Amino acid sequence: MKKIINDPNLVVQDMLAGMVAAFPNDLKVVPNTTVVARKDAPVSNKVGLVSGGGSGHEPAHAGYVGQGMLDAAVAGEVFTSPTPDQVYEAIKAVDGGAGVFLVIKNYTGDVMNFEMAAEMAAAEGINVEQVVVNDDVAVEDSSFTTGRRGIAGTVFVHKIAGAKAEAGGSLEEVKAVAEKVVANVRSMGMALSPCTVPAAGEPSFVLADNEMEVGMGIHGEPGIARKEIATADEIAQELTQKVLDDIEFNSGDEVAVMVNGLGSTPEMELFIVNKKVHAMLADRGIKVYKTFVGEYMTSLEMAGCSVSLLKLDEELKELLDAESKAPAFRS
Amino acid sequence: MELQVQHALNWIEKTNEKIQTNKDYLSALDRAIGDGDHGLNMARGFQEAVGKTTSSSYTSVSDIFKDVAMTLMSKVGGASGPLYGTAFLKMSMAVKGEDSVSHERFTKGVEEAINGIIQRGKAKEGDKTLLDVWTPVLRMLQEQSDFEADSLENTAKSAMESTKDVMAIKGRAAYLKERSIGHLDPGSVSSYYLFASLAEVLKEGE
Repeated sequence: MKKIINDPNLVVQDMLAGMVAAFPNDLKVVPNTTVVARKDAPVSNKVGLVSGGGSGHEPAHAGYVGQGMLDAAVAGEVFTSPTPDQVYEAIKAVDGGAGVFLVIKNYTGDVMNFEMAAEMAAAEGINVEQVVVNDDVAVEDSSFTTGRRGIAGTVFVHKIAGAKAEAGGSLEEVKAVAEKVVANVRSMGMALSPCTVPAAGEPSFVLADNEMEVGMGIHGEPGIARKEIATADEIAQELTQKVLDDIEFNSGDEVAVMVNGLGSTPEMELFIVNKKVHAMLADRGIKVYKTFVGEYMTSLEMAGCSVSLLKLDEELKELLDAESKAPAFRS
Repeated sequence: MELQVQHALNWIEKTNEKIQTNKDYLSALDRAIGDGDHGLNMARGFQEAVGKTTSSSYTSVSDIFKDVAMTLMSKVGGASGPLYGTAFLKMSMAVKGEDSVSHERFTKGVEEAINGIIQRGKAKEGDKTLLDVWTPVLRMLQEQSDFEADSLENTAKSAMESTKDVMAIKGRAAYLKERSIGHLDPGSVSSYYLFASLAEVLKEGE
């Protein structure tokens, strides 16, 4: 393992301290926690937005804390859901009296820890609602199983629900628009090389030089198919087609595109993928309203990418365009 | 026999020893079908739990279980923290009010723990989760009228080993569907360490 770290057991604390040092006017760490909050939290009479999850997905989630997006992000250990007491601290830190909204990625641990925290907050009289993001089409959607994972599409939920809350939306309105985003966003990823959790010291899986893993999650969990490496066009084709097949996209629809790098894939390659994604959408008469290419939801130093499409209506377009001062998502 | 305060303390210490010894093994099992953090998380949580129980003084088993529960919930993270934390919290509540714990009370505690795990994790026996060890252990306890260390160890061990042939329905391994077959469930292995440690404590206490 070759990493620029001090102590594998201190990577989260060290990172958060460095992050807040970089944005001293915008962010703060809630004392004695791994919660990063807006400097001015709690904002009174605004719905507070809390998200979070395991670390290792930077800039998610603390990079999305800021005016117009999240009020707080809870950082767990690397790839490990934060604990209920930490989520509860985040809820308390952002409760401005209008309720708190939780954006949870659909992983067993995240859902359990956030729900326990919500129960603790409810017992204290804080009004809490939540949405569970499950945009990864690589995984079968079934109510009998764990269901789909939440990946890069989650960033759209942060942005749009955050804008709604910033505009004065009620807890019910924030929840409604978050659910609308979840219903209209789909993603799929692939990986070329694994990543190493600092405290584990070993790669999460092994891929041969000529192999790729399609359907890879963002925690190094194996994907759904391992095959020989293909061209960017073929990869973009496979990911995008699976996304397009999942919900109804019609000619004339408007979408937001996100081509997300997993940590060590250069922007050059992401743009090459984006070229094909745009071509495929143009072929189908689907209009691209906005494109995001870069690292939004990474998996440490994994190489690979994901493609997300969000189907937009007027409300979603307006909220997507609204101002955000979050360090990793300025608009 | 009945479980006394010292037995419960030894149980947690022995469990911690097994988890520390097998930390890398548990993480390797989790890397195969999950995200590879089970050993790290359990090791961190049980180390803290032992730190808590060895620095406190207790007059009831219930209080020990409660401290273990709260420590696991706040230190483990992932899915294991809420699940093991809930299990110990429910056991704590079930054995509350007694200085030592009879076989009957302990059995009730395990039953309540399982109900808590089911409520929190929405899984059932056969989904390739830690319930695949806890539930057979409960059935064995219900069939007996006193603690039997050997059958506890054997039941937990064979239940743990049988998760290898099962396809995961819940937890992160469920994403792999049939590719999860052929691998042990890491949560069932850590649960086996828990019950195997209890069996050792029972043997020493006889």
